Amino acid sequence: MEDLFRRYGKTLTSAFVLLTAFWLLILVILPNVTLFESSFRPYLPIVDVGGPKDTYSLNNYLKVFHGNIETTFFGIPIEMPVHTMTFILTIVYSAVVTFICFLIAYPLAYYLAKVVSPKTLPTLFLLLFVPLWVSEVLRAFAWWIILAFKGPLNFVLFEMFGLIEQPIRYIQGYNGVMIGLVYTYVLFMLFPIYNAVQSLDTNQIEAAQDLGSPWWRTHWRVILPHAKPGIASGAVMVFMLSAGSLLVPSLLGSTTSQWFTQTVQQWMLESQDWNTGSAYAFMLLILCTIFVTLVMRVFSVKLSDIAK
Amino acid sequence: MNSKTSRIFFHIYMGAFLFYLLAPLAVMSGAAFNDNRLPSIVPWKGLTSRWFIDMWNDGRLWTSFFNTIWVALAVAALAVPIGTAAAILINSISGRVRSVLYGIMVAPILAPGAVIGISTLLFWNKLNVPSGLHLSVLGQVSYIAAFVMLLVLARLQSFDRSLEEAALDLGASNTQMLRRILLPHLYPAIFAGAAIAFFQSIENFNVTLFTRGTMDTLTVYVFSKVRSGVTPTINALAFLLIVMTVIAAVAYEVSRRRKERKFAASAQD
Repeated sequence: MEDLFRRYGKTLTSAFVLLTAFWLLILVILPNVTLFESSFRPYLPIVDVGGPKDTYSLNNYLKVFHGNIETTFFGIPIEMPVHTMTFILTIVYSAVVTFICFLIAYPLAYYLAKVVSPKTLPTLFLLLFVPLWVSEVLRAFAWWIILAFKGPLNFVLFEMFGLIEQPIRYIQGYNGVMIGLVYTYVLFMLFPIYNAVQSLDTNQIEAAQDLGSPWWRTHWRVILPHAKPGIASGAVMVFMLSAGSLLVPSLLGSTTSQWFTQTVQQWMLESQDWNTGSAYAFMLLILCTIFVTLVMRVFSVKLSDIAK
Repeated sequence: MNSKTSRIFFHIYMGAFLFYLLAPLAVMSGAAFNDNRLPSIVPWKGLTSRWFIDMWNDGRLWTSFFNTIWVALAVAALAVPIGTAAAILINSISGRVRSVLYGIMVAPILAPGAVIGISTLLFWNKLNVPSGLHLSVLGQVSYIAAFVMLLVLARLQSFDRSLEEAALDLGASNTQMLRRILLPHLYPAIFAGAAIAFFQSIENFNVTLFTRGTMDTLTVYVFSKVRSGVTPTINALAFLLIVMTVIAAVAYEVSRRRKERKFAASAQD
C-alpha cells in the first residue's frame, strides 16, 4: 500500500482503489450476497414481503427433492426427484462433453505444437479462430439446421449415398445437446493444451524415442504430464461453459433433455419465483466451485494457471 | 511417431477437424440463398435474395443490433478502466491480500453466466433499479473486467518498475508518470482488452437474458427467432457476419504474409 502511494500519489491511488472496489463490491460481492440471502426467503406477494411470513428457511433448496418421477439408470428402474435428476444429468453430460473435447483436441494440440511446419501454423490458427468470431447462438443454430429430420445430414447419408436405411432423428434425448456443446466448446480445450504442449522441449520427445520408447509411452510419460496445466485449464473451461450453457440446450434439446440452467430459467422467467430461482442458481455456483477445486487438486495446479 | 504415415494421418485428421468446424457455417450461409421458407439447404428451391431484403426490413433486428453495439461500447468503456486499475493495484501488493483479491477478481470468469445475471438482477432490484440493458452492462462488466485485468497484469510483468522510479526522481508528477511512462507500455494490452470486452459483450447471452427486461440484443433476438417461427432472415444475418469475419481474417493473413516477405527481403540485403 505504501508503495502504491509513493508511486502513484494520493489521487491516482484512490482512483485505482475506488474503481476496483466498485467492481468487486458493487458488481461481484454484493449481488452474490443478495442472491444468497434471497435464496432462503419464500416467494411472496409484494404485500407480504418483510411481513411475518417472510422468514428464512431451506424450503427453496428442498424443492430439488420434490416430485418423484420414474426413470431408468443404466437399465435399472429407479425413482428420483425430477430436479435432482436434471442436476445429476447436467453434471454427467457436461463431464462427458469435457472428455470428448479432450479426446478430439489432444491429438490436434500435439499436431499444431510439434508436427505441423511453423510456416502454415498462422494460417491454420486463423482458420481455427473463424468459428470463435461467429457468435455462439449462430453456431448452435447451424447445428439445428444440420440435425433437422429433413436436414442436410440425413439428406447426404440417406438420399445421396444411402449409407443409412432410414432418416435418423438426431435430436433425441441429450444427443443434440452433446453434439452442440462439443462443437461450441472444443476450441476452449484445444488452445490451452496447445499452449502447454508447445512449451515442451522437442528434444525431450526425441530423447524418449531414441531410448526406444514406443509412441504411446512417449505421450503417456512425457507429453501428457507436461500438458497437465493446459488440460486442467481446458477441462475447467469446457465443463463450466457446458454446465452453464443455456443456449445450446434450449436450441438443440429434445423433449426429454432438460439442462439445469433451463430449470433455473423456468423458475426465474416463467414462474417468476426469483427466490427459488436464486436457490437453484446458487446450487449451480456451488457445483462449479467444487468442480474447479477438484480439478485444481487432481491436477495440482493453481488458480492463476487455469485463468489464462 | 514422426514417420511418414503418421504425419499423413495427422494431416487428414486436421483437415477433417477443419471441415467439421467450418462446414456448419457454410451450410448455415447457404441456407440464406435458398428460396425455402424453412432455413435449410435441402431441398433446394432456387436462388433468392428475398431473405436479405426481409432482413433489411426487419425493424426489430435493427433495434436489437444497435442495442448490442451500445451495450458492447458501454461494457468496454467500463471494463477497461476497471480492469486496468485492478491490475495496477494487484501488481503493487503482495502476500495473502493479493491472492484473496486475485481469487475474487478471477471468480466471475468461472461463474456460470446465469448466476451472474440473476445476482445482478436481484441486487439492483433491491435498490429499486428496474431491469433493462443498463443491468446487462453491469452484469457483463463484472466478469469482462476480469479479462482486461488478466491481460494488463500479464503486460505489467514485463514492465521495468525502475522506469517509474526514474520518472519520479526526475521530477515527474504521479499523473505525468502514469500518462507518459506506464500507460504507453500498457497500451497494447489495453487495446486488446477493449477489443475482447467488445466482442465478449456481443457474444453474451446468459447474463443478458436475465437482466434485459423487455429489451433485445442481437443474440437474444436470434435465439427467440430460432425458437419461435424461424425464417432464413437469420441465415442472411449469419451469412453477412461470417463474410465480415472471413474478410477480416483474409486481410489479416495478407498483411501478415506481406510483412513476412518484407522481413525476409530485408534479411537478404
